[in-house]
Amino acid sequence: MKTAKRIFKEMLRYPSAVIGLVMIFILLVIAVYAMITIPYSQAIALWRGGEEVWYQNPKLVPPAWFNWFSKEKSPESFVINSSTGDYQRIVDVKSDGSSLITMTYTFDFQYDDFPQDMMLYLKSTYQEKKPFLSIAWMTPSGEQVRVGDMILDSSSTYRFSQDEKLKLKLEGVDPQVALFLNEDQTNSAPEKGKYQVILSAVAWEPESTVDAEFVMHGQVYGLAGTDIYRRDLRIALLWGVPVALAFGLLAALGTSVLTMVFAAIGAWYDGWVDGLIQRITEVNLVLPFLSILVMVGTFYSRSIWVILGVSVLLSIFTGQIKSLRAAFMQVKESTYIEAAKAYGASNRRLILMYLIPRMIPTLIPGLVSSVPAFVFLEASLAVLGLGDPTLPTWGKLINDAFVNGALYKGQYYWILEPAVLLMFTGLAFALLGFALDRIFNPRLREA
Amino acid sequence: MTVDSQDTPNDLQNRKNLNTFTRVVSYVATRLVTLFLTVVVGIFLTIMIANMGGYVDNIMRAKIREQVLTQLVSNVGYKLMGTEDRKAMVDEAVAIEEQRIGLNTPFIVRSFRYLGNALKLDLGNALFMTADSGSRQVRLILLERLPYTLLLMGVSQFCLFFFSVFIALNLSRKYGGFWDKVTIALSPTSSAPPWFYGIFLILIFAAVLRVLPFSGLVDSPPPDNKWLYTLSLLKHLILPAGSLIISGFFLSIYTWRTFFLIYSSEDYVEMAKAKGVVDRDIERRYILRPTLPNIVTSFALTLIGIWTGATITETVFIWPGLGRSLYSAIGLYDVPVIVGNTIIFAYLLAITVFVLDIVYVLIDPRVKVGR
Repeated sequence: MKTAKRIFKEMLRYPSAVIGLVMIFILLVIAVYAMITIPYSQAIALWRGGEEVWYQNPKLVPPAWFNWFSKEKSPESFVINSSTGDYQRIVDVKSDGSSLITMTYTFDFQYDDFPQDMMLYLKSTYQEKKPFLSIAWMTPSGEQVRVGDMILDSSSTYRFSQDEKLKLKLEGVDPQVALFLNEDQTNSAPEKGKYQVILSAVAWEPESTVDAEFVMHGQVYGLAGTDIYRRDLRIALLWGVPVALAFGLLAALGTSVLTMVFAAIGAWYDGWVDGLIQRITEVNLVLPFLSILVMVGTFYSRSIWVILGVSVLLSIFTGQIKSLRAAFMQVKESTYIEAAKAYGASNRRLILMYLIPRMIPTLIPGLVSSVPAFVFLEASLAVLGLGDPTLPTWGKLINDAFVNGALYKGQYYWILEPAVLLMFTGLAFALLGFALDRIFNPRLREA
Repeated sequence: MTVDSQDTPNDLQNRKNLNTFTRVVSYVATRLVTLFLTVVVGIFLTIMIANMGGYVDNIMRAKIREQVLTQLVSNVGYKLMGTEDRKAMVDEAVAIEEQRIGLNTPFIVRSFRYLGNALKLDLGNALFMTADSGSRQVRLILLERLPYTLLLMGVSQFCLFFFSVFIALNLSRKYGGFWDKVTIALSPTSSAPPWFYGIFLILIFAAVLRVLPFSGLVDSPPPDNKWLYTLSLLKHLILPAGSLIISGFFLSIYTWRTFFLIYSSEDYVEMAKAKGVVDRDIERRYILRPTLPNIVTSFALTLIGIWTGATITETVFIWPGLGRSLYSAIGLYDVPVIVGNTIIFAYLLAITVFVLDIVYVLIDPRVKVGR
C-alpha cells in the first residue's frame, strides 16, 4: 500500500502521467455514462434498427456544431408533432358527422442553406371512406403555396422532394429549395422567418381520425452527425468507449499476466518445459498474427470475445517472454527463494507467491503501454470487415465510412470522429505507460 | 622449429578464412534447418486451425466436384441422361475420387497431407478470385501480388531505417535539446498502426490538397511510356509508404537515440575524444558500430510486427499486394486464398528472421558462429 502511494506521488511529478490519467478518467466517465444512458440491448437495437427507427434523421450530415465554425448556418433537423414543436390542431365537427381538421406546424427558419428534405408522416383511421387532405405552405412574407391534395390511407408518407407535380408547379426547382425562396429577393438564399405548414383534412366519418408528423431533414444533425443509414453516430461513438476500454485493458492484462506466468514456469522448471516454451515462442514468431485472426474471424466466430481470446493467446509467446525469463533466472537464485525451498514450499507456491510478485513492478508499464495496440487491433479487424457483428464500435464506423467512400465524397466527420477518439484513447495509455516506464525502470531516466 | 610451422603468414590467413567460411556455412545451414522446421510447425498449426471447421476438406471436395463435372461434360452418354441419373452419376464419380484422394482417411492423416501441399503453396483453385493472368490457382494469385507488397515494404522500411538512424545519431549529439524533447513527446504516436495515419494522409494530401492520388498502383489508364509508368507508380507509392514510415518513425528514433546515448557514455568514447579523434569517426567507429546489433534487433521486431500490419495499409490504399488480396478474399469468403495468404506470410516472416540472423552475425563479431 505504501509503495502504491509512493508511486502515485512520483507519478504526479510527470506531466505526461498526469495528462494520461486525466484522459483515462474522462474515458471512464464517458464509458459509464454510455452504459447508463443507453443500455446494451437498447444500443444494439438502435444501431441495427433501420428506417423505422431513424426516419426522423437526415442522411449523411455532419454534426450540428459545424455551424459554430462556419458563417453560413446550415439548417438543423427537427420534428413537429402533437408532442413536440409548435403544433396547433383545430377540429370543426359538421352536422353530418364529418369533420374538418386543421393542423398548423410553425417553425422559425434562420439558416443560410436549404434543408435536405421535408416529410409528412400521415396516419388516419376510417371505416370505409378515406379522409381527404390538402397541404399548404406559408412563407414568412405571407405568400401561400398550395403544395398538393391527397386521399389518405391508414399510413402514408409524403416527401416534398419526391413530388414531381409540385416541382413542375415551382418551375422545375426542387421543392425543398423553391419553397424557401422569396421571389422579391434577388439572391438565392432562403428567406428567414416563420414558416407554416397548414394541413386541412376532411374526415368523412365521425370516428375517423387524422394525424400527421412534420419532419425536416436539415444539413446538420445532433452531436455527431449521421451516416448513410440515417443512424445517429453518437451511439457508436459513445458505445465505442466501453468496448475499446474493455478490449484493450482485458487483452493487455491477459497477455501480460499469462506471459509472466509462462516465463516464470519456464525459468523455474528449466529442462524440457523451458525448451518447449522457447520452441513455441519461435513458432509463434513466424505465425502471421493478423492472418490467423482473420482466419478465426472468417471461419469460426466474429464475436469480440473470441477474437480477444485468440489475440491474447498469440501475444503471450513473443520476444517479451524471453527477456522476462532471463530476469526470472536471476531472481531464481535469490536467497529468499533458497529459504522458501528449504522450509519446503511447493513449486506452485514458489512460482505464484515468490517468483511472480517480485516481477510485477516491471510488468505494469508494459501492460499500460500495450493497451493502445489492442485498442487499435480491434479497429484494424473492423476495418478488414471482421468487426463484431452486433456491437457498435469505432472501428466499424471507420469501416462503414471507408466502404461508402466517405473520404472521396468529403464526409470527413464520419471518419474523423472515431479516428480522433481512437487517437485520444491510444494517447492516454501511451502517455501514462511512458511515464510509468520511467518510474519503474529508473535507468531509463538518465538516458 | 618444426616442419609443420613452415606456413607463410599468407597460408595461415587463408586457412583462417577457410575456417571462418565453413563455420559460417554450417551456421547458416543450421539456422535454415531450424527455421524450416519452425515454419513447418507454424504452417501445420495454420492448417489445423483452418481444418478444424473442415474448411480445407471443403476446398478439396469443391475441387473434386469441379474436375468430375468437367470430365463428364465431354461424355456423350452423360448428355443423354435425365437429371436424376446425371446427379447419381456425378455423386458416384465424386465419391470414388474422394476415396482415391483420401478424404475419408482420419483427420490427422489428412492434416499431414494438406501440410505437404501447403508447404508447396499447392492450394488448388480459388473459389472466386482470379489472377490478372486469368488463372484461378491460389499460388499464382498470391505470387502475382507478392512483388507489390515487397516493393511497398522494401521502400518504406529502407527509408525508415536510414532516416531513423541518421536522425537518432543527430539527436544523441544534441541530447536534451528542443528537437530531442519533441521526439520524446511524439514517440507515443507509434502506438497507432500505419493504416490509421494512412487515413489522415489521404484526407490531407488527396482529399483536401489534391496533390497526390487517393489510392491504387498507377494512374488509370496506365501510361504506356515506361518512364511515365514508373513516375506514376512512385507518385502512388508516396502515401502508403509514408504512412508505414510515420507509424514507426518516432518510436524508432527514440529507442535508437537511447541506445546511442548509452554507448556514447562508454569510457572508450571518452578516451577517443580525449585523443582528439574526429567527431564523425567517433560516431561511426565508436558509437554506431557497437550499437548496430541492438538497433537491428529492434528494427527486426518492428519489421515482423509490420509485415501483417501492412495488410490493412494496402487495403486502405487499394494497393494490389498480398494484404489487399486477403481483404478481397475475406469479402468473397474465398477460403483457399485466405489459407494461402496466411502461409505465404508465414514464409515471409521466416525469411525475415533468417536474413536478420545472418545480418546479425555479420555486424556483431561477438556472436561466435558455429561454436
